[in-house]
Amino acid sequence: MRFKCRVEVSLKPGLSDPEGETTKNALINLGYRVGKVRVSKVYELVLEAQSLGEAKKLTEEICNRLLANPTKDDYRFEVRKL
Amino acid sequence: MKRENVKVCVVRAGGTNCDLETEVAFESLGVKVDLLRTQKLLERGLADYHIVVFPGGFSYGDYVRAGAIWAKLMQSKLLPEISRYVEDGRLLLGICNGFQVLVEMGVLPAFHGLSMYPEAALATNLNARYECRWVYLRVENPKTPFTSLLEEGKVIRIPVGHGEGRFVLPKDREKEYLKKLLRNRQIVLRYAKSDGRPAETIYPFNPNGSVYDIAGICNPQGNVFGLMPHPERAFFWWQLPDWTRMESPPKHGDGWFILESAVSYVCENF
Repeated sequence: MRFKCRVEVSLKPGLSDPEGETTKNALINLGYRVGKVRVSKVYELVLEAQSLGEAKKLTEEICNRLLANPTKDDYRFEVRKL
Repeated sequence: MKRENVKVCVVRAGGTNCDLETEVAFESLGVKVDLLRTQKLLERGLADYHIVVFPGGFSYGDYVRAGAIWAKLMQSKLLPEISRYVEDGRLLLGICNGFQVLVEMGVLPAFHGLSMYPEAALATNLNARYECRWVYLRVENPKTPFTSLLEEGKVIRIPVGHGEGRFVLPKDREKEYLKKLLRNRQIVLRYAKSDGRPAETIYPFNPNGSVYDIAGICNPQGNVFGLMPHPERAFFWWQLPDWTRMESPPKHGDGWFILESAVSYVCENF
């Protein structure tokens, strides 16, 4: 079975996000009253697995092994059957 | 071991761009240097080498995170061999992107041997800029194979060139890990002011916002060393930014001491 996984990797709260700060300043310069910007990265992957449970387990493994660095990143994901 | 028998391997991947400078610097020390693509290294293995260097650059386009793809490739194909190589006391050096690779690979800081997941990270510079310039560094630990020709407290000048060099530890374990790094004498170089006082994370002395001004760390045994500054760019005296203004330029740039220390260590210990 094939599953579509959408993984979002973001910086842990409390860790400064220079990319977000720079984007916030650009938005303020454009005249928007923006208080805070945090940047995340989204990965969409198609995965082969036996069940939804296995697909979720594999996605979690993928996050821990490559997509996120547990020192600075949090991640969350959604998995759906294709 | 005679100097001409010392074998250095400079590894390269797509996006590596400091490999040639690193090769030339080591060659000028009279050792044999192989410049190998990752695939070749995977075929050949590490057993032949005394010093393996992951040089600077933007391996795999810095995709996912700087150094992550290269690190995971090495981890998946060569981990047992890297583990043996490190346990054998041979030297592993990561410069800039190479430092990011060693941290992502779990080879640094390696509090309890190689770790499956990174125990630290090199995050985006606090000012979100690519910092490419000379910095002052204070030598914190001269008792490693890479710093034996330097003295504790000595201030050296070596350039940095990176956008992701902010050394961070997990927030909930920052104090604990920092204590461990200090206790094990794993902090080798710190960003400093020109007189050697700590940068205290103040810009521009600390170019990226690294915790405790950390510029370079080693493993507890000292034979794996990663640093953000580029010793190969401060190797020859004519690479110094102000040599034309000096009455008598020094014989070498300060980066020479790091690479020469490593070569001397191998000559004495193998």
